[in-house]
Amino acid sequence: MSDVSVSNSLAVSRAGFTATPLKGGRRFALQGRKDTLEGAARAFGLSETPAMLKSAAAGDCTLLRLAPQELFIITGDAGLPEAVTTYLGTVPNSLVEVSERQIGWTLEGEKLRDTLAALSPLDMRERSFPVGMVTRTLFGKADGMVWRTDENTFHLEVWRSFGPYLSSMMDAAALDAAW
Amino acid sequence: MSLLSRASGRTLGRVPGRGRVNTRRPVRFTFDGRSFEGFEGDTLASALLANGVHLMGRSFKYHRPRGPISAGSDEPNAVVAVGSGPALQTPNLVATQVEVYDGLTAQSQNRFPCLQFDMGAVNNLASPLIPSGFYYKTFMWPRNFWTKVYEPIIRRSAGLGVAPTAPDPDHYAFQYTFCDVLVAGGGPAGLAAALTAAKAGAEVMLADETAEFGGSLLFDRASRIDGLPASEWVERTVAELKKLPNVRMFTRTTVFNYGPHNMVALNERLTDHLSAPNPATPRERLWQVRAKQVVIASGAIERPLVFEGNDRPGVMLASAAQTYLNRYGVACGRRAVIATADDSAYRVALDLLEAGVKIAAIVDIRPKPDSELFRKAKAAGITVLTNSTVQRAHGSQRIHSVELAPVLPGGDVGEGKNHRCDLLLMAGGWTPSLHLFSQSKGKVVYNAELDTYLPGESAQAERSTGSCRGLYDLGEVLADGLKAGVAAAKDAGFEGEVDLPLWEVTSDAIGRGGFTGALPRRGKGLTAMAFVDYQNDVTAKDVKLAVREGFRSIEHIKRYTTTGMATDQGKTSNLNALGIASSALGRPKQQIGLTTFRAPYTPVTFGAFSGHERGDLFDPDRRTPIDPWARSKGAVFEDVSLWRRARYFPQPGEDMDAAVARECLAVRKSVGIFDATTLGKIEVVGPDAAEFMNRMYVNGWTKLGVGKCRYGLMCRENGFVYDDGVVGRIAKDRFHVTTTTGGAAGVLNMMEDYLQTEWQDLNVWLTSTSEEWAVIAVQGPKAREVLAPLVDGLDISHATMPHMSVVEGTIGGIPMRLFRVSFSGELGFEVNVPPSRALEVWERIWEAGKPYDMTPYGTETMHVLRAEKGYIIVGQETDGTATPADAGCGWAVSKLKKDFVGKRSLALPAMQDPDRYQLVGLYTEAPQEVLEEGAQLVASPNEVIPMNKIGHVTSSYHSATLGRSIALAMVSGGRARMGQTLYVPMEDKVIPVTVTSPVFYDAEGARLNV
Repeated sequence: MSDVSVSNSLAVSRAGFTATPLKGGRRFALQGRKDTLEGAARAFGLSETPAMLKSAAAGDCTLLRLAPQELFIITGDAGLPEAVTTYLGTVPNSLVEVSERQIGWTLEGEKLRDTLAALSPLDMRERSFPVGMVTRTLFGKADGMVWRTDENTFHLEVWRSFGPYLSSMMDAAALDAAW
Repeated sequence: MSLLSRASGRTLGRVPGRGRVNTRRPVRFTFDGRSFEGFEGDTLASALLANGVHLMGRSFKYHRPRGPISAGSDEPNAVVAVGSGPALQTPNLVATQVEVYDGLTAQSQNRFPCLQFDMGAVNNLASPLIPSGFYYKTFMWPRNFWTKVYEPIIRRSAGLGVAPTAPDPDHYAFQYTFCDVLVAGGGPAGLAAALTAAKAGAEVMLADETAEFGGSLLFDRASRIDGLPASEWVERTVAELKKLPNVRMFTRTTVFNYGPHNMVALNERLTDHLSAPNPATPRERLWQVRAKQVVIASGAIERPLVFEGNDRPGVMLASAAQTYLNRYGVACGRRAVIATADDSAYRVALDLLEAGVKIAAIVDIRPKPDSELFRKAKAAGITVLTNSTVQRAHGSQRIHSVELAPVLPGGDVGEGKNHRCDLLLMAGGWTPSLHLFSQSKGKVVYNAELDTYLPGESAQAERSTGSCRGLYDLGEVLADGLKAGVAAAKDAGFEGEVDLPLWEVTSDAIGRGGFTGALPRRGKGLTAMAFVDYQNDVTAKDVKLAVREGFRSIEHIKRYTTTGMATDQGKTSNLNALGIASSALGRPKQQIGLTTFRAPYTPVTFGAFSGHERGDLFDPDRRTPIDPWARSKGAVFEDVSLWRRARYFPQPGEDMDAAVARECLAVRKSVGIFDATTLGKIEVVGPDAAEFMNRMYVNGWTKLGVGKCRYGLMCRENGFVYDDGVVGRIAKDRFHVTTTTGGAAGVLNMMEDYLQTEWQDLNVWLTSTSEEWAVIAVQGPKAREVLAPLVDGLDISHATMPHMSVVEGTIGGIPMRLFRVSFSGELGFEVNVPPSRALEVWERIWEAGKPYDMTPYGTETMHVLRAEKGYIIVGQETDGTATPADAGCGWAVSKLKKDFVGKRSLALPAMQDPDRYQLVGLYTEAPQEVLEEGAQLVASPNEVIPMNKIGHVTSSYHSATLGRSIALAMVSGGRARMGQTLYVPMEDKVIPVTVTSPVFYDAEGARLNV
């Protein structure tokens, strides 16, 4: 990797595919039993916990249900709403901020699926991976999380040190996707 | 006047008006340096044959001259290298698959000095001396000759092409994909299946290994479908498929591996056929296809006949000659003899005759062949010898005649007659191509009527269709393909009604035929070479010899003779080998079985398998936020799992030893700074966090106060040390656990495993925080003085913050978890900060450290410092068989806890054995002698070899602090041997050592508690 600042060097731009590094926001891993997650969802103003591998928006927060006992929460720079932290003070749970652990990209372009298909063994066709779906998976040799935010837009996050690797892999895959 | 004679001239065998090559696009290529002309659409084999060249290679073992016997991927003989230069030459390609383009260069292989005159052919003369098993029997003695003499010679003389010596400049793409129905093979059955599956609504992928869809229809001039010639029907059907949006079609794409759960691998060759490919194009693309249903339409392969001289150039399969004629417009000879056991050869005879090839005779092993084709051939005036066989083919670099002889009542062979010919065609019947079915773990079943194996019950979501399941009549094949497509779509969830096309098919009526094994011959033929496996040079005699030597199982016969084990996977040889073994053993074929087919179906380049995983992208290259700083200071790096870590920071003129000595002394005298970011970190949170820690670790955690740290040691269930690290209690229900760099993922997995399977009742959850925190270690007597002014008013005095404590605060306004811990034996702190701010913090500490001559140090110095203190490194002192007590950490094991992972195993008597390997220190007698890590220890230097090993050196360094060498070792009953002299036998000397305590420096720990 070159010495240019991390966020610039991690951008990928090829015909039919762009990966734009995400900026700002915070991340929290909230884990707890069913009732706790339900209570938390209500504290966010939602009627229920998002179903497994589904997402829900609440204000400037997004709740991603990554595991039976886990909600991954992406918030604005202000962090979690007070109602949520207050509620969590009353029930058994694990809340760990991981804002620094992850880095991510917004992926777009008509070659998006072909590019992702070079990295992930998951079926990303609309019928198997509809808008709003989220999962952890492998991208090449990096663990990561992918979330479909729109028909042709994905949100992808990996652990920080895998950023340069994944950016290079996406670049190589996007080049191949043209053929 | 025949077509052929008019064609004579610049390209000997080209038949005008025949074939699918583009005669308006001539291309020039070279073979062994000679320039030839071919046409776009030719394979290397068809273009060479058009130029009258049959000799294309030398055989593997006997270096016999060989020409192509087939026209497809089943080719065993015409193995060539394509391209030139140290990086671009691709060896071991078959000329029947290589497509020619302008500028192609190809070379024959396995010959010296040239193809026409090959010194290795001396092996052929010596062939009676080198039967199967020869290597095993002959090259046994003297023993040390094997690796140094025999093997290199054998490898050089018996072999395939030369591997490229420079890195591959091409790049290779990779893609996962999904479909409802994958159709493997684009012949008539495959096209029909793809069409109906697609019409039913399924997402279909159709792949064919050749450049064009159509399979056998591309060389079938006799059949009509819907009144169209077969090849025109192919064009119509392909066009129809291309219009369907739910069909993806791939030519030059081999379905080569059928894995578990319908994961099927395809290799698509994108540029090999192009003269000047766009350099940005990947050369090949590997597809991993998860298919709901697979339709195998892999066709059937014609079987050669086994007779003396059946490998002479000019001897080939009848269907191959037909393919060369009708698909490539090439007549492979002028005067042909056709040896057959099957009706299809008569059609070949008629096709050749029509193109002007003289048919000297058809020899049919069957006593009374009777079919419409047989009668047509007779009517065309062709001489047909029935109940007859080929006794021997004559010729060396090209066949010139063949002896045909009658089979007498009783099975003996009578006197024969020589027939002049330059082409001898073999038609031994058809072998269904079962490779993919077999790879899918389906069991093959012997079919007595067809005398071959067919697909039996499916093990996965697949079905075979067409001639790969023994259907040879075109009408039946197409109907079967249609049905297979509908059924596959239905099983994939597409149940809609499909309008099945009603195709009117007229084709040759086929009778029953085929022959497996060796043709009958006159005389014993002790020196006769009748090849079963051309590519591995296995003869009928070899198979019989294997049986004589006691091999009964076909799997053993295969391994002894190597039949079917070449790169062609025995496509043309398996059934004949089985036939010969069957008659030699006197047991029916179905009782002998068929050998297993293994992936890949045809060879696949290494590049395709590696894809982008090469060079910088071979593995993720994980770097810490401090990496740019370390690079700017000239650090030398090392890989630690996927991380790149600074190993040492040499100053001008320093080698590693000098740099490490300087760094060590700096830490002991004043202060050093070290990047410990890569440590694994896990946040264990929840009301049951302490209970969980109690169960996971050997230590007790209940009494650890908030703000305190403890060294944690973790065993597996077997009681052996698995990982270690310092754990800080951040709150009553929150632990900050650290792990080794390499162990981070494994420890988290093991914890999750226990939590999810054994202790679901615990209210505790795990979050990896390895990359949430960067860690800056500040170690040395001046560490506090450096840090105190930076930590925003935090009191880090010894009284408030003693050794093994943790506090949350800020450093220059940046959030921090500050640990007072030490892996150096000195006063030390580990500053945990967000990685995005870590470099900033590092530089601030660096500035503050300058008055104290702060020195950056790397992993090597870290290792020496900890060894001086006798701190173990998991995986260096331990090897998966060391208990905590063995590793000198018995003190960490709680005696009070009811249970923890490994407790039961640690209670076993064997775990208390006083002779177990235990951690000790070693001093060499000569203080500057540094032992080799891994060196063995013995009690006496005078023991006879093999000596009784009583331990080994695990860590060994020169200690600048102590001015001498030190070593850690695991020694049997080591702790009871203090003061004993042991010996390290090396190749050139024996080094005496004294057993000592593993703690070499500050044994009382005074330097930690300041």
